[in-house]
Amino acid sequence: MSAAISPAALRVTGLQKAYQDVVAVNGLDLEVRAGECFGLLGPNGAGKTTTVEICEGLTAPDSGEVELLGLHWNTDADQLRQRLGIQLQDTQLSEKLTVFETLRLFRSFFSQGPGAAEAIALVQLEEKKNSRVGNLSGGQKQRLALACALVGDPDFLFLDEPTTGLDPQARRQLWDLIEQFKSSGRTILLTTHYMDEAERLCERVAIMDNGKQIALGSPRELIASTCAEHMVAFSAGAKAHALDIAALRRIQGVRGVRSENGTVEMQVTELHLAVPALLAELTRQNIPLTELSTHSATLEDVFVSLTGRHLRDE
Amino acid sequence: MSETTAFPDVQARAAERKTPRGRTFSEHPLVQLTIVRFLETLREPEALFWIFAFPILLAGGLGIAFRNRPAEVLKIATVTPALTESLQREKLLSVQQLSRPSAEEALRTGKIALLAVPGANGAIVYRYDDTNPEGRTARMLADRAVQQAAGRVDPVLSSDVLMREPGSRYIDFLIPGLLGMNLMGSAIWGMGFTVVDMRRKKLLKRLVATPMPKQYFLLSYVFSRILMLVAEVGIVLGFGAWIFHVPVRGSLLSLALVCLLGSLTFSAMGLLLASRAKTIEAASGLMNAVMLPMWIASGVFFSAQRFPDVVQPIIKALPLTAAIDALRANMLQGAGLVQLSPQMGVLGAWLIFCFILALKLFRWR
Ligand SMILES: Nc1ncnc2c1ncn2[C@@H]1O[C@H](COP(=O)(O)OP(=O)(O)O)[C@@H](O)[C@H]1O
Ligand SMILES: [Mg+2]
Repeated sequence: MSAAISPAALRVTGLQKAYQDVVAVNGLDLEVRAGECFGLLGPNGAGKTTTVEICEGLTAPDSGEVELLGLHWNTDADQLRQRLGIQLQDTQLSEKLTVFETLRLFRSFFSQGPGAAEAIALVQLEEKKNSRVGNLSGGQKQRLALACALVGDPDFLFLDEPTTGLDPQARRQLWDLIEQFKSSGRTILLTTHYMDEAERLCERVAIMDNGKQIALGSPRELIASTCAEHMVAFSAGAKAHALDIAALRRIQGVRGVRSENGTVEMQVTELHLAVPALLAELTRQNIPLTELSTHSATLEDVFVSLTGRHLRDE
Repeated sequence: MSETTAFPDVQARAAERKTPRGRTFSEHPLVQLTIVRFLETLREPEALFWIFAFPILLAGGLGIAFRNRPAEVLKIATVTPALTESLQREKLLSVQQLSRPSAEEALRTGKIALLAVPGANGAIVYRYDDTNPEGRTARMLADRAVQQAAGRVDPVLSSDVLMREPGSRYIDFLIPGLLGMNLMGSAIWGMGFTVVDMRRKKLLKRLVATPMPKQYFLLSYVFSRILMLVAEVGIVLGFGAWIFHVPVRGSLLSLALVCLLGSLTFSAMGLLLASRAKTIEAASGLMNAVMLPMWIASGVFFSAQRFPDVVQPIIKALPLTAAIDALRANMLQGAGLVQLSPQMGVLGAWLIFCFILALKLFRWR
C-alpha cells in the first residue's frame, strides 16, 4: 500500500562485487523506501556487509548503481557523508577515550545534530559518560557505536549486525532504542542473521544468500508465501529409518515435510487437524514419538524452506 | 528540485544543514582530533616511558659511566729494583716490581699496561700491546721517566694548561645523539603504531565513513606531535643542562627548527611504514628494520666517522645522521641555520619523499 506513496531512499541496481576467489555480491537489486526500516537477512558470508559498505561509499562495486537520498557517491560524496549515520560491523572505538570524548570527536565532524551529551542520553549511557570505552560492556559499546551513528542527525541510518554477540537483555535494550529512532522518521537499513530481530524491527526484509536476494517482502508476507503458518517438529528416535515420509505428506493440512538426522519438520496449515492425524499415522506405522513440538512459522523457517539450510549453524 | 518533492520530511533538515550553527574553537574537528590524539598518548604509560623516562635513564647511566675522571694512573710492572726506582718518579704511573713469570702473566691478562725489562747492554725493553691506547701512553710516560732519570734534558721547555670544560666531554657528545634518537623513535612509533592499530580495529574505516576532512586527520598528528615535541626536547635538554651542564651554544630558534623538521621527517617515515600494514607485528618489523641501522650508523653513541670512508656518503644521507649532526653542530659548535643547511636539506628531502609516497600508498582499511 505504501509502495506507491513512499519514494526510494536507497535504490541499488545490478550490484556486483567479487573478491579474489569469491563473488560476495552477485547482481543485487534493492529498494529501501523513505521512512522504513529495511532488513537484510542472511547467514554469515551472504554478502550483507559487502552490500552495505558499497551503499555507504566505503567499497567500490565492480558494477552496478547506488542512488542514496537521490544522490550519487561519485558526485555528492560530501553531502552524503553529512546525511548518513553509519555503524560498521566490528569497529572497535578507541579504548583510551571516554564515552563523552568519543562522541564529542564524532560530533565535531558533522555540521548539525545533537550534542555529545544529548547523544549519550539518547542511548541511555548517562552513567557511563566519563568511563573509558575499554571498560564498557559489549552492549554498552554497541550503544555507543549507535550514538556515534546518530550524532550527525542522519536521514539514513546503516546498522550492520547491531546486536551480534550480545546477551538477550542487551539485545532487547538495543531493539527498544532502534524502535524509538524508527518512530522519528529516519530510514534504516539493518543487516542481521537473527530472524527474530528482523521480524521485530523491519517493515520489509530481503533474504540474501550467496550474494543474491532470494526473497523480499514483509516478514508476514514472506512467512505466508513460502511456508504454512505452523511448524510441527518431532523426533522418531531409533526408528527414524522406518518412517514413511510419503505417508506424512498425504496428511490433510500438511504442506511440506523435511527429515534430517531423525528429526522431522512439517509445515502445517491447520494445526488442530494435522496433529491428531499425525499421531494416528505414527501409531499406524508403529513409530514411537518423542519430542513433539509446534511453533508459529518464522523467517528462519522461510530461509530453511528456501535453501534447505539453517541461518546459523548452531 | 526533484529532491524537494521526493523527500518532504527531509527537506526541513536539509534547510537546517545549509545554516549550521557557528561552532566554537574546541568544536572544530581539527581541534578535536588533536585533543584526542594527545589524550591517547598521555594515557599510554608505556609510550610515556619510552619518550620521557628512557632517554633520561640512558643519558644518566652513560653520563656517569663515561664521566671525565682525573687523568688515570696507569699500572705497569718491572722486574728489577733499579728500573722500579727510576719509573716511580712519573706520577701518572703506578709501578710494581714482580717476578718475571708473574709479570708476564699480569701483562697477558691486562692487569698491567706495560712491562719494562732490562735488555742487552743496559738497554730497556718495553713490552706492551700497541693496539691498546693505555699501552702506548704507558710506553711514552715510562720512557720519558727513564730518560730523565738517566740525565736527559729537554731542549724545549714546555708547560700544561688543563681543559676540562663542558662541550668536549662524552656526555656533550651523547645528549644530542640521544635527542636525535628520541625524535626518531617517538615520531616513528607514535605515528606507526597508532595508525596500524586504528586500521586493525577498523577505526580508520569508521572515521572515513564520517564527513571528517581527511587532511585534518594527518594534521592532527602533526599538531599533537609538536605539543609532545616541546615536552620531549625540553626534558632531555633540561636534564643535560641541569645535571651535566651540557651547553646549547647555537640559537634556540634554530635548534627548535631542527627538532621540528626532524620530527616531521620521522613522522612522515612512520606514516609511510604504516601506510599498508594490517597488524602490529608487521608494522613493528618494518619500523625496527628501518630504525636499527640508523641507531648503529648515525652516530648516536659513537662518532659515525669510525665507519669506513666508502660508506660515509650513505651514512651522511641517513635522516638520523643529518638530525644528530645538526643538533651537535648547533649545541656544541653554535652553528647557525646557514651552516646547518646541508643537514636540513637531507631532512627536507626525506620528508617530501616519504610524505608523497605515504599519501600514494596509504590505505584507510
Ligand atoms: N576484503 C575481503 N577480501 C576477500 N574476501 C572478502 C572480503 N570481504 C568479504 N569477503 C568475502 O565475501 C563474502 C561476503 O562477505 P560479507 O559481505 O562480509 O558477508 P556477511 O556480512 O553477509 O557475513 C564472504 O565469503 C567473505 O569471505
Ligand atoms: Mg557481515
